[in-house]
This record gives sequence, structure tokens and C-alpha cells, in this order.
Amino acid sequence: MNIGWYLVVSAIIFCIGAGGVLVRRNPLVILLCLELMLNAANLALVAFARMWGNEEGQVFALIVMVVAAAEVTVGLGLVVAIYRRRLPIDVDELNELQG
Amino acid sequence: MSAVLFFIAAIGAITGAFGVVILRNPFYSVLALAFHLVSLAALFLLLRAEFVAAAQVIVYAGAVMVLYVFVVAYVGGGEQLESRGALRVLGPLFALVLAIELCIAMLGAGLKGVNSKGAPYAPGFGSPGSIGQLFLTKFLFPFEAASILLLVAAVGAVVLARRRRGLEPDEEFEREVSVPRPAWTGTMAEAGGLRLPVHAEERTVEGVPVATPGGDRPDQEGGW
Repeated sequence: MNIGWYLVVSAIIFCIGAGGVLVRRNPLVILLCLELMLNAANLALVAFARMWGNEEGQVFALIVMVVAAAEVTVGLGLVVAIYRRRLPIDVDELNELQG
Repeated sequence: MSAVLFFIAAIGAITGAFGVVILRNPFYSVLALAFHLVSLAALFLLLRAEFVAAAQVIVYAGAVMVLYVFVVAYVGGGEQLESRGALRVLGPLFALVLAIELCIAMLGAGLKGVNSKGAPYAPGFGSPGSIGQLFLTKFLFPFEAASILLLVAAVGAVVLARRRRGLEPDEEFEREVSVPRPAWTGTMAEAGGLRLPVHAEERTVEGVPVATPGGDRPDQEGGW
């Protein structure tokens, strides 16, 4: 398959993720959609690595996975903290930083 | 053969992505994301990125998804939340326009590399050995920075999610602590005679004196 097809799949996944972030209101699902976008970027990076025959893109993809794992950890910690304080789990309600 | 596998994996990945956004229950969204990740790992394999595919399945579909499942189970969150007003229409529209634009940019690009099958395959491309060699030579600093980032994220998550006094209703904690128990059977402070139960004689369960949390022991001087 041509590399272009992989890039198209990556673009479609990215757009689904971006649309999900805009449409959904549950922060858990928004984190999942962020994962989708990061994975789309990973797919593009790996496709470019294949295109050039160069493994550095794969290293980049692995680092992106590490960063995504860190982001998920902190995000889920925030969701648990929100839940503990009996606040609504809804990004439209949680629009101020204080209390 | 590779084209067939590509289309199966690509359709799986896109279906999983749609499932994440469309399914109402967050738990099903997590399952759809796991399906998406496995399909994406197949795409990585087709791109000769064996190590990345294995790490994807183990780290993402394994560890991160378990984290998600636990948080969804803890929080519940089966509520059906859909965005209100303009975003409900504009969000999908924006995504569609962005997708069309990106597809035009990628398929319409006259670049030779994009329209080829990629560089000739060299044995060992994307194997754990060569990736590890890159990580420990050329990309040593990002590698170490990633480990520090993971450490900071783990500590940060614990700090964020821990139980804080005064910020939240504390009835769970109090229920656990205030269960009646016989005196002098519980805390290290009692064993050391540091805290004496003040109202020990008032609280009894079936004649046995009950320790008051944080109380003091009357018949002993403080200290060891």
C-alpha cells in the first residue's frame, strides 16, 4: 500500500478525535478522544519512518506514547479528584478554576 | 495480501474511533478504544514497526486501558452527556471539513515519497534491537527525560487523587474510624501511652470500654 493511504487513515482518525473533543462533555471521553488524536499522530510518524526507511520516527512515536501515558495518568487523577469533591463530571459545568 | 490486511485494519481502527465518540456509555467507549488500539497495532506491523506495535498493545491496550476501566468503574459516569447548542452541530462539521482538507492535502500532494511504498525494506528495521540502540545512543536524553516525566506524572496523579481533609465530605473516613472497638487494642499511640482516651468510661460496648479515636489513656503518664 502507498504511504499516502496510511496518512489518510491517520487524518480521518485525528478528525474523529477532534470532533469527539468538541462534541462530548464527559472528561473521561474527552481524554479518550485525545488518545485518538495522539494515536493518529503516531500512525503518521510511523508511516513517515517507513517512507524514509529511518527508525527515528518510530522513536518519536514511542516518546509520544510515553507522554500520552503521563497525560492520561494526570487526567484520570483529576477526574478522580473531581469525583471525590462531589462536583459534576461535566466539562460545561467545570468552567472555573477556584473551588 | 498486504492491501487486504491494510483495509481490514484501517476499517477496524476507524470503526473503533467512531465507537469512542458515538457510544454513550464511557465503559463501551473504553472498549472501543481498546479495539481501535489493536487495529492500529496491526497497521504498525504493516509499516514494519514491530517494536512500536508490541509496545502499543502492551502499554496502551494493556496498562492504560486498565487504568481507564478502573476509573470508569470508580466514577461510574453512565450519564448521557451530549453537548448543547451550537457545538453539537459545529463540532462534527468542523471535523468533517478538517478531514476533507487533510485528505486533499495528502492525496493531492505530488510528493513522490507519499505515493510510493516507502524505502526498500532492510532486515532489522524497527526491531527492538535497533530501536534500543537508537534510544541508548542518539536519543539518550529524550529517553531519560521520558523516565523523569513518567515519575513526575505518577507522583502528580497520587497527589491529585489523594484524600484531602477539609476539602470534601469526610463521612467515609469517619465511619471507618468510629467503629467501636475495645480499648487498648488498636493504635500505636495507645500502645505508647501517648494519647489517653478522655471519655473512655462513657463509651462502652457490652461492658468493654471503647477507645475514643484520638483519646488519651487515663492511668498512665505520657511518654515511654
